[in-house]
Amino acid sequence: METRRFDLKKFLMNNVLYVIMLVIIAAIAVISGGKFFSMRVMRDILNQSSVRVLVALGCMFVILTGQADLSGGRMVGLAAVVSGTLAQQATYAIKFWPGLPELPPIVPVVVSIALGVCVGMVNGWVVSKLKVPAFLATLGMQMILFGANSLYINKAPNNSQPLGGILSSFKELGSGSVFGVTYIIIIAVAAAIAVHILQTKTTLGKQIFAVGGNPEAARVNGINVFMITLVTYAIAGGFYGLAGCLECARTGSATSAYGLSYELDAIASCIVGGCSAGGGVGGVPGVFLGVVIFNVINYGLTFIGLSSYWQYVVKGIIIITAIAIDVRKYGRND
Amino acid sequence: MADSKVILQMSHISKSFPGVKALDDVSLTVRAGTVHALMGENGAGKSTLMKCAFGLYHPDEGEIQIDGVPVTLQNPRAAMDKGVSMIHQELQPIRTQNVMENIWIGRYPYKKVGLIPWVDEKKMYADTKSLLDGLGIHDIDPRRTVGELSVSHCQLLEIARAVSYGAKVIIMDEPTSSLTEVETELLFKIIEQLTRQGVAIIYISHKIDEILRIADEVTIMRDGRLVGTWPASELNTDLIVSRMVGREMTSRFPPKDHRIGGEYLRVEQFTSANPKSFKDISFSVHRGEILGIGGLVGAQRTELMESVFGLRPLASGRLVINGREVKIENAHDAIANGIALLTEERRASGIIPMLDIVENTVVADETKEAKRFHTGMGLLNNRKRAEETQKYVDQLQIKTPDLKTAIRNLSGGNQQKVLLGRWMLTEPDILILDEPTRGIDVGAKYEIYSLMEEMVRQGKCVIMISSEMPELLGMSDRILVMCEGHLSGIIDGATATDEQVMLLASRYESKAV
Repeated sequence: METRRFDLKKFLMNNVLYVIMLVIIAAIAVISGGKFFSMRVMRDILNQSSVRVLVALGCMFVILTGQADLSGGRMVGLAAVVSGTLAQQATYAIKFWPGLPELPPIVPVVVSIALGVCVGMVNGWVVSKLKVPAFLATLGMQMILFGANSLYINKAPNNSQPLGGILSSFKELGSGSVFGVTYIIIIAVAAAIAVHILQTKTTLGKQIFAVGGNPEAARVNGINVFMITLVTYAIAGGFYGLAGCLECARTGSATSAYGLSYELDAIASCIVGGCSAGGGVGGVPGVFLGVVIFNVINYGLTFIGLSSYWQYVVKGIIIITAIAIDVRKYGRND
Repeated sequence: MADSKVILQMSHISKSFPGVKALDDVSLTVRAGTVHALMGENGAGKSTLMKCAFGLYHPDEGEIQIDGVPVTLQNPRAAMDKGVSMIHQELQPIRTQNVMENIWIGRYPYKKVGLIPWVDEKKMYADTKSLLDGLGIHDIDPRRTVGELSVSHCQLLEIARAVSYGAKVIIMDEPTSSLTEVETELLFKIIEQLTRQGVAIIYISHKIDEILRIADEVTIMRDGRLVGTWPASELNTDLIVSRMVGREMTSRFPPKDHRIGGEYLRVEQFTSANPKSFKDISFSVHRGEILGIGGLVGAQRTELMESVFGLRPLASGRLVINGREVKIENAHDAIANGIALLTEERRASGIIPMLDIVENTVVADETKEAKRFHTGMGLLNNRKRAEETQKYVDQLQIKTPDLKTAIRNLSGGNQQKVLLGRWMLTEPDILILDEPTRGIDVGAKYEIYSLMEEMVRQGKCVIMISSEMPELLGMSDRILVMCEGHLSGIIDGATATDEQVMLLASRYESKAV
C-alpha cells in the first residue's frame, strides 16, 4: 500500500496563509506585551467581525458559483441609511420622515433584507440573462447604489447629515447582549450555521457547488443555472441588507459612506478562507476564520500603533498570496 | 530499421504524484526514422511518460538522453529546442491568430525598417508555405485564422510547427481520435514522409489496427510499469490486448442476450432551430434495443441527441415516449421523463472537476423531485448519498482511493464510469451515449459494453453515437446513419457492413433505404 509520507509542499500549499497570519498575530501579541489578548479586545474584534461575517457569507454564495459581486459594500451602506431613516425617534428635530410613527425594530430589519434581495435579483438577472460579466455588472450596481443612497440621504431636512436620533430599541439590537455575548455575535454565528447547513445538507447548496464547478455539466444534469445564479445573488443581497441594518444599529448612526470597500474585505476573506476564485470550492468554517483573522490583523496593527495605511499593505500581500496559492491548487495545469 | 540510431533514450524513469506512483522504473528506446507506438490502458502512465519527455513533468528518478547526450528538460520550450515536440489535443493553438503566426510564435522573422524591427510578414509567409509544402500539405493558407480550421488541420498545423523546430522526435497523443478516415489517411501519409526524413514518431493510441499498420516497434505499459517492447511484426491484436490488460481477452464485445420489445421512443420530424444543423429526422427505438448512430464528423449526430435531451432548441418536431407525446425543453424535463445523456465532451460538460465522487454521482438524480436522499426534516442525508455512490463504485469497479477524491484526479476511464454511474442512478428508460468509449482503454470499454447489454436486457432503450466502426457494428441492433444533418438510412446491425455504413455516411439520399 501507499505510505503516507509528509508532503511539505502540499502542507504549505494548504496552510501557508494560516502560518503567515499566526506569525503576524504572534508578533502583535509580543509587541503589545500580551495586552492584546484581553477580554475587551477580543470582544471588540468579535463585534466588528460580526457584520463582516454576514457580508462575507453573502459574498461566498456568489463566489461559489464562480461569479463576483462588487456591490456588497454599497448595499450595506444603503441598507444602513434606509434602516436608520425608519428607526428614528418621533421627537428628533430633523426626523427624516416626519410623519412616520416610531416603528418596532423588526420593520427596518425586514425592509433592509427585502431591499437587498431585490437588488441581488437584479444583479443575478443582469449577469445570467443579459450575460454581462459579473465583475462589471456588479461594479455598475455599486455605483448605482452609492448614487441612490447619496440622493436619498440628501433629502431635506436631513441634507446629507449623519442620521441621528436612532431609537434605543433599535440600537439595542446592535449593542445589547445576553450573558455578555452581544446579539450581533449571536446573529452572525447563527447565520454561519444556517449557511453551513444549507451548503452541506440541501440540494440547493449542492447545486450551487455544481454550477460553480462546471456550469455546462450542471445544465446537462438538469440544474437550472439561471435560477441558481439568481438565487445566489438574492441570498447575497439579503445578507448585505441585514449587515447594513445591524451596522446602523451597532453604531447608532448612518451615512452614505457606510460600507465602503466592505465587499473587497469580504472577497479577500473568502479567498483566504479557502474559496476558489473560479468557483465550486469553499465552505463556511474557512470563510468565518478568514473574516476573524482579517479583523484580528486589522485591529492588532492599530493596537500596536502602526499607521492604518500599513493595514492596506499587509492585506494586499495576503490577498495576492492567497490567489497565487488558489491558482496553483485549482489551476488547470494538471 | 532496428539497427538505426537511437535518438531518444529514457532510462529507469520514475515519477510520483501525491498518493500515486505514476511511473515506476520505465525505460524507452526510440530510434530515428521509426514509428514507435506506446500502448496501455488509461492510467498505465503513457501520457505521464511523454510529459516527462516533453518537459511538462520532471521525473523523480531516471535519465533522459537525446542523441546520446544526457539532458534536463525544464519546460516544453527546452524540449522543443532539443528536438522533442508533442502534438496534444489539449495543447491548443491560438485561435484568433493566423496559421503562420501560430507556427512562428515567439520566433517571428524581423526586418529592420530604419532602426525599428518589424515582423517580416513576407518572409514568414514564404517560410510557412515551403514548410507546409515540404510536408505535402497544400490546402492550408498560411494567412487563414486558426479558429476557422478543422480539428484535423489544427493537428497538421501543430505537426508543421514541430517540424519547424527541427524536431527529431514528435510525440502524438491519440492523434486520430477526432479525425475522419480520410483525415487519418492524410496524417499517415505525413507520418511516412517524416520518418523518411529520419524523424522518430512516438504514437500513443488505443486503436490497435492503426498501430499494427504504421508502427515499427510497440512498447506496452501497465499500471505505471513497462511490460515490454516488441517489433510490431511480431504482434497481433490478441497479443497486444492481453499484454495491455494482463489477462487473456476472449472477446471484445459481451454476448448478445436481449429481446427486442415494442416501440418505446419515437422521434417525429425533428428539425433543429439552427438552420445549419439537422432537418426532418424521424426514427424510433424499441424496448430492449441498442440503436447505433453512425456518421462522419459534422453529421450533426450530437446536435440531434442533445435536442432530444432538451439542450438545444427545435424548430419543429414531436417526441413520443411510450405512446404519450412529451414536451422537453431542458435537461430537467428530459431527466424527469426517464432520459439520460452521457455527453461526448467529458471535461467540458460531464465532470465537475473539483467536486468529489459522491457529488459527481448524485448530481443528476437530485434534480429529480424524488428526494430519495432526504431525511425527514428535508435535509440531505450525506451518509446515504455516500452509500449509494459506493454501490456504483463497486459495481462499475471504479478505481479511486476513496469517495472524497476529486473526480479530476481519476483517470479518463474511471471518470467515464463515474458519469455512467451518475446516469444509472437516475434509473433511466432511455440511455443516450455519445461516443461512450472515446479515449478509453480496452478493459473499461468492455465494461461499458457489458453495462449497455445489461440495460437492454432490462428492457431499456440504449442509443449510442459512435465513430468507431467495430463498436457500431458489434453493439447495435440497428444502425441509423446520418450525413450532413440528414438521415441517410437505418440498417440492421446484424447484417450491416463497414462499407454500407460508410456509403450512407458519405452520401445523403432523400429516401431512406
